[in-house]
Amino acid sequence: MLGYIDKIKEISERVLKEGTVEMVIGFQKGTLPMMNEPCFVKCSGDVQRLVWDSNCGINLANYLTDRKEKIAVIAKGCDSRNIVTHIIENKIKRDQLFIIGVPCNGMIDKSKIASMFEKEIIEVVEDQNNIIVKGEGFEETLKKGDVLQENCAICIHRNPVIYDELVSDMVEEQRDVDRYEDVRRIEEMEPDKKYGFFDDLLSACIRCYACRDACPLCYCPTCFVDESRPQWVGKGQDPVDIRTFHFLRAYHCAGRCTDCGACERACPMEIKVRTFTKKLEKDCLEAYGWEAGMSLDERPPLDTFRPDDPEDFIK
Amino acid sequence: MKVIKIEKEKWDKGVEKLNGPLRLFGPVKDGQFHNFKELDKNQQPDLNFLNTRLSPKSTVFPQSEVMFEYSLDESREDHHIMKEIDQDYSPRAVIGIRPCDAKSFLLVKRNFDTDEYKDPYWIRAFEATTFIGLACNNPCSTCFCTSADCGPFHEEGLDLLLVDAGDYYLLKVITSKGENLLKVADWETEADADTSGETSGNIIDTLKKEAEAKITSSVVTDRLKEQISLELYQAPFWEDAAFSCINCGTCTYVCPTCWCFDIQDETHGISGVRIRNWDSCMSPLFTLHGSGHNPRGTKLHRVRQRFMHKLKYYVDKYDDGIQCVGCGRCIRLCPVNIDIRKICEIMNNYEPAACACPA
Repeated sequence: MLGYIDKIKEISERVLKEGTVEMVIGFQKGTLPMMNEPCFVKCSGDVQRLVWDSNCGINLANYLTDRKEKIAVIAKGCDSRNIVTHIIENKIKRDQLFIIGVPCNGMIDKSKIASMFEKEIIEVVEDQNNIIVKGEGFEETLKKGDVLQENCAICIHRNPVIYDELVSDMVEEQRDVDRYEDVRRIEEMEPDKKYGFFDDLLSACIRCYACRDACPLCYCPTCFVDESRPQWVGKGQDPVDIRTFHFLRAYHCAGRCTDCGACERACPMEIKVRTFTKKLEKDCLEAYGWEAGMSLDERPPLDTFRPDDPEDFIK
Repeated sequence: MKVIKIEKEKWDKGVEKLNGPLRLFGPVKDGQFHNFKELDKNQQPDLNFLNTRLSPKSTVFPQSEVMFEYSLDESREDHHIMKEIDQDYSPRAVIGIRPCDAKSFLLVKRNFDTDEYKDPYWIRAFEATTFIGLACNNPCSTCFCTSADCGPFHEEGLDLLLVDAGDYYLLKVITSKGENLLKVADWETEADADTSGETSGNIIDTLKKEAEAKITSSVVTDRLKEQISLELYQAPFWEDAAFSCINCGTCTYVCPTCWCFDIQDETHGISGVRIRNWDSCMSPLFTLHGSGHNPRGTKLHRVRQRFMHKLKYYVDKYDDGIQCVGCGRCIRLCPVNIDIRKICEIMNNYEPAACACPA
């Protein structure tokens, strides 16, 4: 995946020079280990700013919402599925986009890696399969496969589903992945235990809404928690209001979420917010055989009605 | 200058003695990180941390704070009357606060305690608190306190400064408020009673210099004051600087110097409370007018506001440095890696394009 960057720069330079697009949206090197910052490049001379490595976990589809320019965007498997969703939901037009597809090997989990070391991590470098972590007085090599973001470890759509040009050959998709082991474990809990589990899960939430704001699906002009006329949800630290936010947000993403993991990556309190969206992803898969963002030709199941839709859940 | 020597095994005992006469707040590890919590009886602060995930501002300025209660029950004589609720402003101490976070209270005080306006909630909580700092022997790579008029052993805002000197602690007495705690905790052995060894002042100085030398990160602020506000405001770099921002509230909520709040009435049935909650200039609702107009309608407006407030408006208004103590939390926790050090440099070094008009 490290070799991708030359190709990314080459394509970016070309589409800018030829005037195919007005800007390229990608990543520039971050100021911290394991962080890159989304950025745009408008002049072909500036493409040297672009980087690509295992720290590009933010979903760039989030930066396309309602933009009017012609844009080249760098898209991993998950980003590409969110781009499909964006196109279906009229947040951007297909012909505005030049999609630079990146077959992905997964992004690394910065919180997990940080938690493995007592001391502060000062530098992280990577080669094809290894992540080398350095700090004051230590250096350790980790296998990349062991420190992937959880969503990447169980990803079954690493290759872009829509693109104009690929930066490499497709990568092999992971097979025989059990995507919902954790969801089943929660489903099986007794109600009291389940309630306690969610209470614990959300106890650290500070309502910064980073999960929502990192999510390409959360583009409502005014989110329901920000509505003031009338106001739907309390603004304080009442656990009922916090739960309301997370549950409703997850339901709003049902049948649309691609499990890109941007929400969880963004959370400053390390809350496993995917717990909610994954349950709904599983429900949509089981009820409708649906995976979000796989095709421009099919509308999401909660957006359509068919006489033969399953209705077992109506008791 | 009075310095107390505390053998490490006597530390816990002293904290135990303080817990009761005072409400104690200290760093507690919960999951992967530390945060300031009110300590239970017999609970010890965990001093083995770099810095807490959230700043300790909540010990004086809670994220949600009930101010009044009211009843809508018209059979009651006091219906529809806002009544102040009882708050516990008994003496309390925050143990293990880092010097940067302690100094931030003095910056925040400029907002809550002025000649014109006095915020009774903040002031009462602040005055009830004794701040026992923990000097940073090992600052983080994102700490830039030394270029933000602060430092790893900085004393402003502290009543006592605890220094880990290896086998024992040195506790430097900074204010009389701090001194009053010594007796309660039974920390009364003066460090320099035995004159044979190195003086405690020298030991602290050496550790301080070592810590300061470990701070490799900095901000440049020398030209902020002379910059013209309007030119900075209209500068083209904001488009680039604001691009990656997702407008979440992380930077403002983790910041020790962000003081903005919102006041809400929450009615449940026939009774209700008036609450104040932290608010964030990153949120569109922060400035939404009743008319529907929003003077900070775009993300660029909001990002610019946050940095202009901290690094320009505050600088101009108080003429005493930036509204930042260099704790680095916003850098470490920003989901998209917006870095205040970088923005500060751009603002500081900004040169408006030379006038293109013909002569």
